[in-house]
Formats: sequence, C-alpha cells, structure tokens
Amino acid sequence: MFWTYLLILAALAVTAYFIGRSRSGKVVDGDYSKLHSRPSFHGGFLAIVTVLPALAVLVVWSIAAPRFIDSAVVSQSVSAVADLGKPELEAFLRDARAIAFGGIVGFTDDAKEQAAELFRTYSSYSTTGMNIVLALLVALGFVYGFRKIAPRMRARHVVERTTMVFLAACSAVAIVTTIGIVLSLIFESLMFFRQVPVFDFIFGTHWSPQSAFEGAGVEASDVNSEIFGAIPLLVGTMLITAIAILVAAPVGLLSAIYLSDYASQPVRAVAKPVLEILAGIPTVVYGFFAALTVAPAFRGFGEGLGMSVSSESALAAGVVMGIMIIPFVSSLSDDVINSVPQSLRDGSAGLGATKSETIRKVVLPAALPGIVSALILAISRAIGETMIVVMAAGLAANLTVNPLEAVTTVTVQIVTLLIGDQEFDSAKTLAAFALGLLLFCITLLLNIIALRVVQKYREQYD
Amino acid sequence: MSMDATMSPTAAEAANATEAGARALTADGDPIKMRGDKVCVFYGDKQALFDIDLDIRERQVTALIGPSGCGKSTFLRCLNRMNDTIDICRVAGDITLDGMDIYDPSIDVVELRARVGMVFQKPNPFPKSIYENVAYGPRIHGLSRSKAELDDIVASSLQKAGLYEEVKDRLDAPGTGLSGGQQQRLCIARAIAVSPEVILMDEPCSALDPIATAKVEELIDELRENYTIVIVTHSMQQAARVSQRTAFFHLGILVEEGPTQDMFTNPRDRRTQDYITGRFG
Repeated sequence: MFWTYLLILAALAVTAYFIGRSRSGKVVDGDYSKLHSRPSFHGGFLAIVTVLPALAVLVVWSIAAPRFIDSAVVSQSVSAVADLGKPELEAFLRDARAIAFGGIVGFTDDAKEQAAELFRTYSSYSTTGMNIVLALLVALGFVYGFRKIAPRMRARHVVERTTMVFLAACSAVAIVTTIGIVLSLIFESLMFFRQVPVFDFIFGTHWSPQSAFEGAGVEASDVNSEIFGAIPLLVGTMLITAIAILVAAPVGLLSAIYLSDYASQPVRAVAKPVLEILAGIPTVVYGFFAALTVAPAFRGFGEGLGMSVSSESALAAGVVMGIMIIPFVSSLSDDVINSVPQSLRDGSAGLGATKSETIRKVVLPAALPGIVSALILAISRAIGETMIVVMAAGLAANLTVNPLEAVTTVTVQIVTLLIGDQEFDSAKTLAAFALGLLLFCITLLLNIIALRVVQKYREQYD
Repeated sequence: MSMDATMSPTAAEAANATEAGARALTADGDPIKMRGDKVCVFYGDKQALFDIDLDIRERQVTALIGPSGCGKSTFLRCLNRMNDTIDICRVAGDITLDGMDIYDPSIDVVELRARVGMVFQKPNPFPKSIYENVAYGPRIHGLSRSKAELDDIVASSLQKAGLYEEVKDRLDAPGTGLSGGQQQRLCIARAIAVSPEVILMDEPCSALDPIATAKVEELIDELRENYTIVIVTHSMQQAARVSQRTAFFHLGILVEEGPTQDMFTNPRDRRTQDYITGRFG
C-alpha cells in the first residue's frame, strides 16, 4: 500500500521534473542564458514542490493512522474490551484486524466481528481522506511551482538547500541511532545499579551471576550484590587483549613496513589483498581454530615442559585474536607509512642514509600518530571480540593474570547472561547492560585517545 | 672539516684514483670533480637522456638549464644515484667522481651520497627539531665521537648555511615550523653537515619568495669556496647570477655547455639563443 503511493509519487516527481525543465525553456523563449538557474534546477524545483509535501504527509499519515484507528475502534467497542488486560486487548485487535483485512484469526465472536467492521469502515475513511489530501497537495504544489517558474527565479538555491537538508537527515539517522543505543544502555544499567551498588559492580572481585540461588533474585532485597563483581571480567579482557596486541603489533607493523617500503609492486599487489582477506574471515572460524588447534597444541607443548596448561586458556584465545587483528594493524599502518611524503625519504637518502635508517629515523617517527591510532583501533576491536573467547578461553571468571589458565571477558559474559529463559528485569539480565555500558565506556575512551593522538601530531609534516 | 683519508676507505680509494690518473683537468686547466661520459638514461622503454658528456669543475657552480622535461633534473639525480630509487630507471654510460666510476658495482651508494649531497626543490625538513635535522647525517655516518663534537658540527653547518643567527635560540623547535626560505637553508645545512664534496641542488629556490631566494643565492656563492655545486634552475637570471658554468639541455640532449658569461651573451647554438631570449620554454 505504502509502496504503491511511493511509486506513484516517484512517477509524479519525474513527470514534474520534465515539465519544469521544458517550462523554464518556454518562459525565456529558448534563450537559456537568461535563466538564473539551469533548466534542470527548474525541473528539480517543480518536482520538489509537487512531491515533497505529499511525501511528508504520506509518511506521517501511514505511521499515525493505524494508532488513531485502533483507539477509535477501542472506544467504539468499550463494552467488549472494557475488562481486558493489555495483552488480551492487543490479541483482540489483532484478530479483528485479521478478520477485516484477511489473515490468520485465532477465534471469532460477535464483538470481534463488530470491531472488524469498524476497522474496515475507519480504514476506508482514512484511505479516502489521505487520497484527497495527497491529491490536493500534489495539485497545489504543482500549480504553485509551475507559476513560480520565471527567468530570475532562484530554483538552484531551493534544490541545493533541499539536497543539503536531505544529506543532513541521513547523517542524523546515524547520530540518533547512536544516542538511542547509549540511552537505552544507560537506563537499563541504572535499573541494575538500583539493585547492585555501582561500587560493588566495578570493584567486586567475584563474578558468578549464574548461581541464581545465591541471590540473583527478582526483588531488590533478594539480590546478593557480592556476585556481580566485574573485576575478573575486566582483568580477563585486558589479559587477552594484551596478548593479542603483543602478537598483532609487531607482526602487523613489520609487515606494513615490508609492504610499503621493501616489497616490489607485484608482491605488494598480491600480498596486501591476501592480508586483508584475513580480516574477512568470520570470527567463529577463528574460534574453531583457537579451540580445536591452537589450544590443544599449547596444552601439549606445556605438558611437554611439565607445566599445567588449561585446555581453554587465555593464551590460545589471545594469540588467535592477535592473528585476527593483524590486518587492522598492517593495513592501516601501511596506509599511514605510505602517506609519509616521498620527499622525506629522498631527503634522508640524499644524505647517505640507508633504507632501514630512513625508515627507523624518519618514516616511522613521522608515521607514529597514525600507527598509534591503528593500534588503538585494533585494541578496540580486540576488546569487543566475543566468539574466539567463548570458544577458546572458556566461561570461568577466574581472577588471574596467568595466561595459561581459563579466563573470561566482558563480552562473553554478556552473551551468557542473555542466553536462556530469564525475566528481563532480573538483576542477572540487567547486568548485561551494565557490562555493555562498561565496555562502551572503555572503547569510547580508547577512541578519544586515538583521536587526540592523531590530532596532536597530524600537521607535523606538510 | 674534510674527511680523514686514513679513516674512510672510500676517501682513500678516491685519493689513490686521483694519484694514479693525476688530477684530471679540462682543456683550459680547471680540475674536474665529476664527469659524465655518454650518459644515457631510460625510464622503461622511453629514453630521457642521450649521450650526455659533461664535466663538473671543482669548486665552481655549474647551472643546468632548459625547458621542463629536458632531462636536467634526471642528469642531476644520476650524479648521486638518486635514480636508483625509481624501479624502471636505467642508466648507461659512465659517471665518475674523482676518476672513480660511481655506477661500479663495488661502490656503496650510501658512501657516494655522503660525498655527493643533495638539496631538493621543495624544502623537506624532517619532522624533528632544527638540531636533529642537522645532526641526522653526522649521526648516521658516525662523524662525531661526543655530544660536544656533534654540537660543533651542527653549529658550524648552520653558520655556513647562514641560518645560525636566526635559529640559535630555538634549536629544539621543530624544523617544519620555519619559513620556507629558512627551511631550505636548513636543508642546505643538513647537507653540509656530512661534509660532502659536491652539493646537488634541484631548483632550490622555486618554492621561495624573492627575498628568500636572494639569501639562498648569496649562500650558494659563498659555498663555492669549499664545495662543488651543481644547480638545476628554471630561472635564467638565477643561472646568470650564481653560476660560473652553464649547461643547456633540450629534449634529453646537452645542446651547449660553457662559461655562463659566454652562454648568455654569445650562445653558439640557435636553440640556446631562442631559449635564453624567451622564445620558448
């Protein structure tokens, strides 16, 4: 229904565009140089004034009308629905709508049949009303725009302004979504912190919300805040991230140096895409790899040396995660190193510096801010990674910095908290939001640091 | 601050070469520092230079002039093998420094560039402090044994480049914060700091305003006392002001070479005359 209207409006817009264009030619008798705006802008102008108001009304009407109809139907059938609860009322309306417009009906009775009749009537009113309003708007807009077309009319400004507003609206979508997510995180976390004190959450050293009998109850008084200490998770996250960076930073950076300054063109043409494919491998595949190959290998190796290595270890997860983020480090660093001006390399070579001296003493210092921000991006990525840790590092929230033991991370715990049949307002479930907020704050902080670093050193060479 | 012959094998070789062949002289008796003999340069399949024979005379300023794309910069970059960094570039013919073939496989290009320094078209100070910019070359070549010695090299290089008075109070400030003309003189100081014998300058003033240009030209004239200088320039007036010898390149060919005075007053070749009188180029 909605899409039919959209198609019709699009067709009208195209028609208006061509009419406007040819009209602009007629008002100056074909002498286009007399026009303030190019004919295509006049076409665009006519299309905008014809269709845009109607489009806005269509969108608003389509969103608002069902609600009005629902409430109208409810108010008309008060006797039938007076003592229904909210879910029952929704079921009632759903069935009535299904009877009216076709669909799967639970069961019918007289009241529903009546309501369905009301639905039919109201929605036909609504459709008729909307059709009239839309037709009127299109016609008025078209006439207004058509008469407005004149040699000195500033059609270009209208079109450009409309384009700008449209672009701004698109970027607003991203911003509004972000704000929405953050707000929902904050509100759910506040509900959690009403049951578990912030202090206990951030500084507690014991994490076992799964043990519901210990007190992860629904009532605030039942909640044992002792079991919601996030420290073991944070330590686990940091441990695995640190191992990952220890793997990824040297390997990624050195391969970036090779690719940007040493590799010949053919090698580079092959090696760079291959390295970037590494970034395209689904993390769950890395997870297999970590759990089935790397972790047992480490355990076997450790046993050979007489050490006890847990079969799920932070080391295995960290190493595999490091491999996963190598492409982030290498690809970004490669771009940064390449963007160091050739003139600096020439200057250094012209003084008799060797290639490696040039790279160590001129190129890398100049590229440092970019490299740092590449590393920080990689760290954010590692902190947010879940799948590898679930599969390779385990779920046990041990507070340890021994990489050979099983640990768990913030993201993994969020997953385990939300799996299973839990009421959505229990402390256990809400803890997931608090953890999400914590994670968000950490990555946000890292991103801010990265931005600062880049800004501070950005204009060093130019 | 010349290199000690007993310390540097290259310098020793050079001295031997010079002794063996006596000092090569031009027909009119000037000592030759560098010599190009049938130099051809190819970029892939395209030939950029055709059989260039050119002598660079010691402690004189040789200007290379000619229209854009004539190969003068290409020739300049051959003199310290900066073309090595371009994969598709190939050089044929001989180029010698004090009688020693610089394209010989036994030559270490790093040592060659320490003896034949280069200043580029656009000032390209490193994103480091003024001090570090100048100290860079001496550090990588191990020219100083102590901090005090390095300080001396930096100060004297900046003095020779005529920049010391302007920057002596802010040697720790970034080199990129200087004005364009100061940056270029910093680059010259940086080149001088490794005690080269020859300094190549690729349009060193093209990015500078007239006042900064005048200062750099003055500096070039002073440097002539101690260094052999080859300068590529687009400005005929500049060539006339700073150089003793001028070579005119056109379409990859060395059309004419001679004393600057003669070139500008009495060119032998029609093309040279057309170029210096502004008929093309």
